[in-house]
Amino acid sequence: MKFITTNFVKCAIKGCQSSTEAFPLKYEDCQLAQEEQEYNPEFIAHMLERLNWPAIIQVAKDLGNESLPPTKPESLDPIMEDDQAVLRDLHTLLLETQIVEGRMICRNCEHVYHIKNSIPNFLLPPHLC
Amino acid sequence: MSRPEELAPPEVFYNDSESFKYTSSTRVQHIQAKMTLRALELLNLEKDQPHFLLDLGCGSGLSGEILSEEGYNWIGMDISPSMLATGLDRDVEGDLFLSDLGNGVPFRAGTFDAAISISAIQWLCNADTANVDPKKRLLTFFNTLYSSLRRGGKFVAQFYPMNDKQTESILGAAKVAGFGGGLIIDDPESKRHKKYYLVLTAGSSERSVNLAGATMDAPETQKRMNKKALKKFESKKDFIARKKETMKRRGKKVALDSKFTARKRRPRF
Repeated sequence: MKFITTNFVKCAIKGCQSSTEAFPLKYEDCQLAQEEQEYNPEFIAHMLERLNWPAIIQVAKDLGNESLPPTKPESLDPIMEDDQAVLRDLHTLLLETQIVEGRMICRNCEHVYHIKNSIPNFLLPPHLC
Repeated sequence: MSRPEELAPPEVFYNDSESFKYTSSTRVQHIQAKMTLRALELLNLEKDQPHFLLDLGCGSGLSGEILSEEGYNWIGMDISPSMLATGLDRDVEGDLFLSDLGNGVPFRAGTFDAAISISAIQWLCNADTANVDPKKRLLTFFNTLYSSLRRGGKFVAQFYPMNDKQTESILGAAKVAGFGGGLIIDDPESKRHKKYYLVLTAGSSERSVNLAGATMDAPETQKRMNKKALKKFESKKDFIARKKETMKRRGKKVALDSKFTARKRRPRF
């Protein structure tokens, strides 16, 4: 699972639907892997506005990276030379960083979702459907 | 043709051997690719912009491969672990999720630009265990999908409905969730090549779906005719029945209705 996905996924349980605690999930015991991806600055600039930066910082902290800037880099232009360094860094963080194994825990209901072979398991037991 | 939905639930039906058979069949690959391209054509996304897509019921990533080829980033969801394992072996680009569509789409609001689904949502119409209600599952699915799409986000789903009732229940659930749109049927005359595409929009969008070549098949509105016009079209039999009815209402003595009422007398009479 790519790092960018952690910024979108939330608890699947119905009771957590309206809770603000259900996003972002808490990440524990995660194994990370770096996998090279095609660099696409347009896509990163496109996704930037819908990223929730506090959630990114929180998840990065869970995964052991505390060096992110506290504010979201704004108005990056994929064509400008000056912005390339930031876009590259974002690309490495968001798309090339993958969570291979680990656990995601909902902060509201404390349900545990396991990640195996980089596939998170969101199947729910019948009593939670 | 037998329908896999009737045999077993999807996570059971698509076991290791079935997933392998499905994914390695060139015929399936060809059809899936064709339908994915058609779904993208219906979505009508801006060509030169990047998009973030959701592939519902992605299976082994046959449709996802096409999405990657077209330059889209995507996330795929499927309920069958074997299918996803096959997808991992094939090194698909998108993120894969093991998840039941009927339990909803676990993404926060406004995540995706668009969503597609190829040959998947008919599975939602089946109740695989005793305590599930397909209607409820469909509703949960469409509700969560609606919120996970950006405003104006589009959803195109190719599916194989078993009967009109299934189509109706899917369309109904989508409408309740707030989607606008309808059904497109490709090759409606051919029984074999007929394909159903559900084309939905979440909220209004400046760029509408691509409906080139589609003909509208709206139900004809029945013109209400006035009494006088109706009288003109009635048969002799109807006329006599109507007259008898009026006379009866007025308390006159009227002959009983029988099979001979208003029949023509033969010449030999």
